Amino acid sequence: MKASTTLIDVAGVSVWHNQHVVLDKVDLKVHSGEIVTLIGPNGCGKTTLVRITLGLMSPDSGQTHRAKKIRIGYVPQRLHIEETLPLTVERFLDLGARGQTHRFERVLHQSGAGHVLKSPVQSLSGGELKRVLLARALLQDPELLVLDEPSAGVDVVGQSELYDLIKSLRDEMGCGVLLVSHDLHLVMAATDRVICLNHHVCCDGKPDAVSQHPEYLTLFGSRLQDQLAVYTHHHDHKHDLAGNIDQSLKEEHANHG
Amino acid sequence: MDEFLLRALAAGLGIAIVAGPLGCFVIWRRMAYFGAALSHAALLGVALGVWFDINLQLGVLLVAILVSLGLFVLQKNQRLSNDTLLGIAAHGSLAAGLIVLSLMESVRVDLLAYLFGDILAVSRADIVWIYTGGLTCLVLLAVFWRSLLSVTVHEELARVDGVAVERMQLMFLLLVSVVIAVAMQIVGLLLIVSLLIIPAAVARRFSATPEQMAFGAGVAGAIAVIIGLWASLQWDTPAGPSIVAAATGLFIISFFYPDKARMNSDIGS
Repeated sequence: MKASTTLIDVAGVSVWHNQHVVLDKVDLKVHSGEIVTLIGPNGCGKTTLVRITLGLMSPDSGQTHRAKKIRIGYVPQRLHIEETLPLTVERFLDLGARGQTHRFERVLHQSGAGHVLKSPVQSLSGGELKRVLLARALLQDPELLVLDEPSAGVDVVGQSELYDLIKSLRDEMGCGVLLVSHDLHLVMAATDRVICLNHHVCCDGKPDAVSQHPEYLTLFGSRLQDQLAVYTHHHDHKHDLAGNIDQSLKEEHANHG
Repeated sequence: MDEFLLRALAAGLGIAIVAGPLGCFVIWRRMAYFGAALSHAALLGVALGVWFDINLQLGVLLVAILVSLGLFVLQKNQRLSNDTLLGIAAHGSLAAGLIVLSLMESVRVDLLAYLFGDILAVSRADIVWIYTGGLTCLVLLAVFWRSLLSVTVHEELARVDGVAVERMQLMFLLLVSVVIAVAMQIVGLLLIVSLLIIPAAVARRFSATPEQMAFGAGVAGAIAVIIGLWASLQWDTPAGPSIVAAATGLFIISFFYPDKARMNSDIGS
């Protein structure tokens, strides 16, 4: 692997919310050309950590360093646009990258949604919408791609395709990737490093090492078995994520297992 | 044509042209109830305006701005749901407005004129108010159109793109406050929101882009004003409610027009 630069360096970051610890002295580094997956149960602080990484909020304590003038492509978990707003994919992309219309076809093709340029955003399936959001991120020529639960709202076949796509985009562009996910078995193949988060960093390392780690197994062990045995559990879980989860619910989930 | 009628027409059209595009954002951002809350609160502005003997539109504008700022701050640190907050703000200030009005025994205030509007009594000064306020709104809307649209589509994405999200949200609240202040005399506080949302809803069926919808909403509002005033003259019905009824009629008629949006979106889902 060629010499890589540190894109994001979050060190000893803590966040409190209503006297609850959301993040407790968390470290996170992302280098160019590497895919880092942030994994943990619902409400473990993943989204908070991502918001800090993006510069959308500042931590109560700790340090955040971002590479100078870093271009970040962000793919949010959800995009809901009111049915009353007439907006085509083309126009949506234009809002993110003005005057780059000539690139729209190409980035959509790159992200595997080449056919939707003229469609209303509301008509897209969950998978298509994710790809359009990814295309929007690609228009930034990102040095760092941040994807919050890319598999949320995407069907099972689409999910693995999406992770393959992310991996090949990384290979093509050499950007760093920060992925947020709640299930490791999906991202195993497409990630270099896994950080298991449950308010603090439980463990950190290569995916196969993390999947054997005792703390990881306590957090996810029972659930992994559920997923193998009863598939409906998996679906229930996704529905949870699609809605807004309130903090109290999150706390419950965090203690689960 | 009588001069008072010309003034009424000028005032009505001035309001419609601003309320259309702004109303589009109100429905895109799902803020119809927010607008309603602000306009209820505006009665307190009328009362305070009478009390301190200042221009009533100015009183309404100040109260609307204060209430929307208060709601903005509360929504950022919310413990209560939005609709609860809005309900409290709307009815709390409506009640306060009614109390203040009742305290002024010496002043006889024609409450109905504020609640349902009195477009036929529009003065030249009112028209100056409407066009100054309206033009300011339209210019701001045009300049910040793109940023406002970005924030409406996805707040966090807009933030990552470097849009000053809070500033845009505050400006939007300010614009709605201005429209409420200047539209009060035309359709009245109880019916202002309809002038924001009904023309926008009519235009939705005929639009493929946000800009088309904004333009169409202005046109639909203008048509409603013309029909409403004509009907009011013809059958001696109250002007404000007639305008709103005309807009509602347009909305119902628009259903017989094939839906552009629906036809497109059926392909994907």
